[in-house]
Amino acid sequence: MDDAARLLQLVVNGAASGCIYGLIAFGFVLIYKATEMVNFAQGDIMMLGAFVAYSFIHQFGLNYWVGFGLAILVTALFGFLLDAIVLRRVIGQPQFAVVMLTLGLAFIFRAGAGLAWTYDSVGFNTPFTNKTVNLGGLVLGQDNVSILVGTLVLCGVLYLFFSRTRLGVAMQAASQNQLAAYYMGIPVRRIFSLIWAISAGVAAVAAVLLAPVSMIDVNMGFLGIKAFAAAVLGGFGSIPGAVIGGVIVGVVEQLSGYFLPPGFQDVTSNIVLLAVLILRPEGLFGKTIRKRV
Amino acid sequence: MSADVLFNVTDLGIRFGGIRAVEGVSFEVKRGEVFSIIGPNGAGKTTIFNLISRIYNPTTGRLHFEGRDITETPPHMIAGLGIARTFQNIELFPNATLLQNLLIGRHCHSKVGLFSQLAFLPSVARAELEHRKRAEEVIAFLGLQRHRDSLIANLPYGVRKVVELGRALCTEPKLLLLDEPSSGLNVEETEEMAYWIDDIKKDLGITVIMVEHDMKLVSAVSDRVMALNYGRILAMGTASEVQGDPEVIRAYIGGEA
Amino acid sequence: MRRPFKTLYEQDIRFWRQPSARWWYGLLLIALCAIPLISGEFYVGELAGLFIFAIAGVGLMLLTGYTGLVSLGHSAFLGIGAYTEAILLARGVPFYITLPASALVTGFAGVAIGIPTLRMSGLYLAIATLSFGSIVGTVLQKWETVTGGFDGLPVKAPYLFGVKLDGPEGVYYMSLLVLLFVIWLALNVLRSPLGRAFVAIRDSEVSAQSMGINLALYKTISFGLSAAITGLAGGLFAHYVRHLAPDAFDVLLSIQLVTIVFVGGLGSLHGAIFGAMFMRLLPQSIALIRDDLPNWLGRMPGLEPSIFGLILVLCIMYEPMGINGRWMKVKAYFKNFPMHKASAFRRQKSYAKSERLR
Repeated sequence: MDDAARLLQLVVNGAASGCIYGLIAFGFVLIYKATEMVNFAQGDIMMLGAFVAYSFIHQFGLNYWVGFGLAILVTALFGFLLDAIVLRRVIGQPQFAVVMLTLGLAFIFRAGAGLAWTYDSVGFNTPFTNKTVNLGGLVLGQDNVSILVGTLVLCGVLYLFFSRTRLGVAMQAASQNQLAAYYMGIPVRRIFSLIWAISAGVAAVAAVLLAPVSMIDVNMGFLGIKAFAAAVLGGFGSIPGAVIGGVIVGVVEQLSGYFLPPGFQDVTSNIVLLAVLILRPEGLFGKTIRKRV
Repeated sequence: MSADVLFNVTDLGIRFGGIRAVEGVSFEVKRGEVFSIIGPNGAGKTTIFNLISRIYNPTTGRLHFEGRDITETPPHMIAGLGIARTFQNIELFPNATLLQNLLIGRHCHSKVGLFSQLAFLPSVARAELEHRKRAEEVIAFLGLQRHRDSLIANLPYGVRKVVELGRALCTEPKLLLLDEPSSGLNVEETEEMAYWIDDIKKDLGITVIMVEHDMKLVSAVSDRVMALNYGRILAMGTASEVQGDPEVIRAYIGGEA
Repeated sequence: MRRPFKTLYEQDIRFWRQPSARWWYGLLLIALCAIPLISGEFYVGELAGLFIFAIAGVGLMLLTGYTGLVSLGHSAFLGIGAYTEAILLARGVPFYITLPASALVTGFAGVAIGIPTLRMSGLYLAIATLSFGSIVGTVLQKWETVTGGFDGLPVKAPYLFGVKLDGPEGVYYMSLLVLLFVIWLALNVLRSPLGRAFVAIRDSEVSAQSMGINLALYKTISFGLSAAITGLAGGLFAHYVRHLAPDAFDVLLSIQLVTIVFVGGLGSLHGAIFGAMFMRLLPQSIALIRDDLPNWLGRMPGLEPSIFGLILVLCIMYEPMGINGRWMKVKAYFKNFPMHKASAFRRQKSYAKSERLR
């Protein structure tokens, strides 16, 4: 394979893992925009989604697509309850209290998953596993392609949802001005819980897309740290920014693994994150706003 | 510039994006006077304060304090020069006690070094005693003794407003910027505030610039009044002159009056 | 709360606010000094570990609890302190220089991360420090020529004036001494303008600035000071573990450190100590009761982290003031008995203050 093709291959692989970062970041940003909470357990919700899907598809032997759908539903329900039972109680507490709360939840999720499923890594086979597609001489794994396609489809669906449906517009309203939305008769609390449900559902999609490429284990949620880089790169307030940021982080990570000495790949996302925060804290797609006094 | 002018601005202007929040504002404040800025909401009054305390950078114009150009001075140096301010929506330190809040107001007079503070050398202890003496004077002046050790978070709104005034006084200012001192206060508290502003001017000899909506308070304490609308000066003069100005009436009531 | 009647300005700046406190803390100190004489090596070692975490807790408390700057990367400072200590000792530098040096080096590292993150606050700072922590962790792993990589680094026993300070007892007394020093330092900071500037920055940056506080300068000082104290803890940690491994200084350690200040109670030095007690005693108490639990629960490998997470969650939901807040409530209850009123500590309803700048 010549250099150009190898490079292209790397870019596609990077974009695929970047899509996963982007989808987790999507969850952060969606929750942050609406409720000003930052969910440090987003990666661990993804981990739960992966295990749920594993149960449906591998343990109960359901069809891949049915299991996929059920996993999304169950994880979304979990997100809804998480907000309704736990997070609603800490509204109004300092932002950092919520950070600590979600960090604590992440510990519980990891231990819970270890107890309910296993502490070992488990593999996850899909209809796409070990198959390749040949695009004009470029050989790509189907699982990577499925990540790219899945992300695109999901983004399209969510775009239509937020711009076209009543509920989606109500969510936008609630995240822009809670009080005004409340006065307009929008049930803000339930909307917030639904937003948690959606981001948990998105995490489940990310989980099922990611599972065939990496293994499922209780610590896969630490991927969330890389998703922060994606969210920050996108400006932490922009949902398309988060997804694009994720793709950029993924590609840069792959390329640095290829061009730089070993060891750098592990910290690439962190370096990108720090660099963005220091040089351009508003991200690539955000804008700065100052506090008014 | 005559010697009795403490502070003046010339052709002050700032834009936020395409909006001209303040444009072509010039005025001067004499030593020992109370100068009020009035105007409808969004007229740019607080913006002028933020420009004076250097939180915002002006797009045009210069600021002079005691004949010295402060347009480029960093915001944390302003207090040390002798300009103190209060905030419209109270920006106290809620998780500190009242006394600590006042002592933070003494910060610009603190000259002890970092390492002597770490070891709490006798020089630091002496300076601390002096700060506490000054803070107690302000507490006595404003009658805040009984709240001295309360957390700000536990104090009622009216008291906080006075604490903010006290914190500004602790910096020993020459020029005091009061941003809506009466907002959120009831009638009696507003009257009390009027007496304090008068005392600050007469007893302490501090020059005051005040942004205020309550015309009763403005008429009671102001020497001169400036009316703003859409970031431009409408009128300047005594309180009654400005209140009678047809432009000002039109700005407040609207229409073709 | 007891408020002593104030007759002198000196009263406010005394080291001991209440005269009786001197005797209680004196007794506590005597008891702590006597413990190694009567107790087994295991408990002495555990207590030494507690002291080390308390030192780091005080360091982080100055930054997070008093200056309001969140750091999820303090494991990096602990690591830098520990490795500096080990590397310098290996090069033959005497102990009375290596320990201050590890504080100094870590302090500079703190300034180095403090300056670029000056403009950040809250969430962004948390994420930035989290990244910084993972970068330092990776460097400790990969910079094999200096840190020994995955094999780690043995720590030489320290000698002070010809006395070998080895074993749990040596570490115990060293850590106790350093902890006392650090508490003294923190109390000095808190009763001088420096500490008030920290509090001012925590509560309102904009008005701190208009009171003449140079935000950049004081945030940097806070970072440097906090890092230096954590570096001291790191230096002692090196002697505590005796063999440094890079994976000890990971994100989980950072989270543990933040949990110390959070569960202990933000904004109080007592809180840092209480938090360290919680953090070190929890695994011990779980180990003690593990055998008595039903088999499926007692054998559960994730028992410790899940209880840890559960306590953290419950604490934030029901006692946001942490252990120290609960302690003050209990004290007030007995002091006012039987006039106790529950409303004395009811939190004021605060409207959700947006921390998002719009």
